[in-house]
Amino acid sequence: MSNISIDEPRKKLLLMGNEAIARGALEAGVNFCTGYPGNPASEILGTLAKVAEKFEMYVEWSVNEIVALEAAGAATAAGLRALTAMKNLGANVCADFLMTVNLSGTKGGFVLVTGDDPLAHSTTTELDTRNYARLADIPLLEPATIQEAKDMTRYAFELSEELGLLCMLRTVTRLSHSRGVVTLGPIPSKKRLAEFSSQDLWTSGSSSITCMLHSVLHEKMKNVQTKFEESEFNQYVGKQDAEFLIVTSGTGWLYSLEAINLLRLQDDVGILKLGTTWPLPEKLLASYLKYTREVLFVEEIDPFLEQNVKMTAAELQAEGIGPIKFYGQKSNHVRGEFGAGTGEINVNTVVKALMEIRKIEYLPRRSEYSEKVQKIISSYTPPRSMSFCAGCPHRASFWGIKKAIKWYGQDVIVTGDIGCYSLGLLPTGFSVEKTLHCMGAGLGTANGFGNLKKFGLDKPVIAVSGDSTFYHACIPALINAKWNQANILYVVLDNNTTAMTGHQPHPGSGVNALGSPSPRISIEDICKSIGLEVRVQDPFDLEYAVQNIYQMLQTEGIKVLIFRHDCPLTEAQRREKKPVIYVDQDKCIGEKCGCVRFCNRVFKCPGITWDYTKGKAKIDELICTGCRLCADLCPEGAIKVEETV
Amino acid sequence: MSLREDPLNIIVTGVGGQGNILASLIIASTAVQDGVSVSVGETYGASQRGGAVMSHIRLFEKRQYGPLIPEGKAHIILGFEPVECLRTIGGFGNQGTKVIVNPRPIYSVDVLSGEAKYPSIDEVLNAIKELADNVYVVQAVKLALEAEDAILQNIVMIGCLIGSEFTPLKNETARGVIKEIFLSKSERYLAAFELGAKEIKKTKPL
Repeated sequence: MSNISIDEPRKKLLLMGNEAIARGALEAGVNFCTGYPGNPASEILGTLAKVAEKFEMYVEWSVNEIVALEAAGAATAAGLRALTAMKNLGANVCADFLMTVNLSGTKGGFVLVTGDDPLAHSTTTELDTRNYARLADIPLLEPATIQEAKDMTRYAFELSEELGLLCMLRTVTRLSHSRGVVTLGPIPSKKRLAEFSSQDLWTSGSSSITCMLHSVLHEKMKNVQTKFEESEFNQYVGKQDAEFLIVTSGTGWLYSLEAINLLRLQDDVGILKLGTTWPLPEKLLASYLKYTREVLFVEEIDPFLEQNVKMTAAELQAEGIGPIKFYGQKSNHVRGEFGAGTGEINVNTVVKALMEIRKIEYLPRRSEYSEKVQKIISSYTPPRSMSFCAGCPHRASFWGIKKAIKWYGQDVIVTGDIGCYSLGLLPTGFSVEKTLHCMGAGLGTANGFGNLKKFGLDKPVIAVSGDSTFYHACIPALINAKWNQANILYVVLDNNTTAMTGHQPHPGSGVNALGSPSPRISIEDICKSIGLEVRVQDPFDLEYAVQNIYQMLQTEGIKVLIFRHDCPLTEAQRREKKPVIYVDQDKCIGEKCGCVRFCNRVFKCPGITWDYTKGKAKIDELICTGCRLCADLCPEGAIKVEETV
Repeated sequence: MSLREDPLNIIVTGVGGQGNILASLIIASTAVQDGVSVSVGETYGASQRGGAVMSHIRLFEKRQYGPLIPEGKAHIILGFEPVECLRTIGGFGNQGTKVIVNPRPIYSVDVLSGEAKYPSIDEVLNAIKELADNVYVVQAVKLALEAEDAILQNIVMIGCLIGSEFTPLKNETARGVIKEIFLSKSERYLAAFELGAKEIKKTKPL
């Protein structure tokens, strides 16, 4: 919504963290941008795509993260500036290329942005991708504010280009999805041309060449470290010779500042905020550690600073610095709701750590108020579990799978995958799915479950994935299943979009990142080319959907069933008016329903609510999308559809 | 403009699909145009609708603050859904917190399936009152329907916040932001905004 393309230096603009990163790339004159949608990083590329034509950039949603990084790498080898953005797990997908392009180097500036997700708001892991910067030995920047998100991105391009080395920027959910005021800088107007000829060589080599390039990488990193010692992104607050020091990065910076203000510790505690966290600015650290007796580390997910700063401190002992007592995750002082190194940190995390270490008292609220809260909240706040949206075709698909398994009469293993349909594990998906890991793991693990007959596990396997996931990670597993003759019914839930991350297009959408028409790559054609039986079915035609699953469970080998129906959220954007669904309350028999209030208790669509005064079902017109599925399912025929033209 | 409280902590709380994030964007943009700095934190988890959604909006002038309001430090809570409003005041409220709440419930699947009980609206409002300084109940959906679309209830609630004068944010600035965002469609949004701004002035606290 914010217009990030405004070319008015010094103007203040309210930006989301991801928009600020996109703006930083524009201010660096980025030419080539790639990525795969994944929260919390999705909006970076989405924002750049919207202004691609204006700034003559190339922006693509790639099929997956490794192709994204490779394509961007090539652009930088040809002298362009390129950015690749992805979620935490995406870093694993692109890791092979990352661990070689660090050696081959770049000509144009090359920035990899990874979005970590402490508390796993929308991911299946709390991976800390900062470890990749250390593993690949590349510079790491961690913005602490929205302004820094922009400024660091621009700087990362300059640093990368100067050194000829890929640079990594690590953001987290709480930065990517926050908003703050950013002072804009200028956008360069100079255009670049790509150059790469048969005279050029771009490789990480092998044998002695690899070792030589590895040594060059180490030299580059020494150079980076010298620059980081002077970086404006490292800041200190407090008296110079504070005996108690907080070392922090990223979101921990503003939380720590607020915590020491709440506890009135400003005069005693110093805070060193590091923005350049790999390689560490060791001399800068030494200049504060020499006064320090106690250090508290405040950072999100892994004890990355904690472990690396301790190594620096060990070396400094020979120079007479120390001994220092360290607090953080290892001492269990900095811990989230689920323990140290998990979940999100916040102001309270820092307050609690300081209270325990410094033995001080602090009550955020009067104790009688807190007691009242405890009493009231537990009695009057029912939980609000996640559920498929009203009108979601996945609800129909999982209902169909559940029903078909019941008909089949034997146990069936259902493996799940990453997307909105991950909720197939929960009651909203009738708890049909039994496994969930990473992109493509549904079909990958089905290759194992579907080949355990000789070990006595002879159960049919249904693997579920979405359409975007099909292109991203399922094709090799599909080929493997055919080649090694696994027994799998593979169900593709095709809603014609990458719904979970904000409706980005994919290779089957017929449009690219810019919304321009592009070749549509058919899921069924790919499956047929491997020699598989493929059926396509609208899951809202429930009877046929159930029959198809039931029939396909009877045969051996790998088969594909595509459940195809557009996501109701994209459908709603296209549609002028939705059909009106209503409950004929004379026909609804309420609690007497033989199916125990089937619509509420079993089907659980949030669009069907309950009229507590009359004891009958009713439709919540604010939520219902008019998908009609409940009208087909109501045992009494009490749910009706009023067509609107 | 000067803030009586610095930072001034506002929470918009409700359920996915109620336009919570757009509301926080309008409030924060208004603050920026009125010359105050802001930090906004949004918690929406997986993008599915129907889950709880909460936005923290922090207005400040002297120094910068992070996007999350600490425990018990909310000055104002704008509740789009009664139980979510209660849940939020439980975590972030204090005896001085002011609350504007839309009493229309949205039942969770846990409630509809019979696994959990939704309390009566009076019980919820009384519980909020127990934990707040003042509670203003505004039938935002009914007012939104007067502006022709129930979906405008979030804009009605913004009207209430600005009209309440609990913040120094100016009516004219908020109207300007709404015009910038909705362009040619902004008329009905402005109508919804004014309905909220007027309603709050005649609403007595519980």
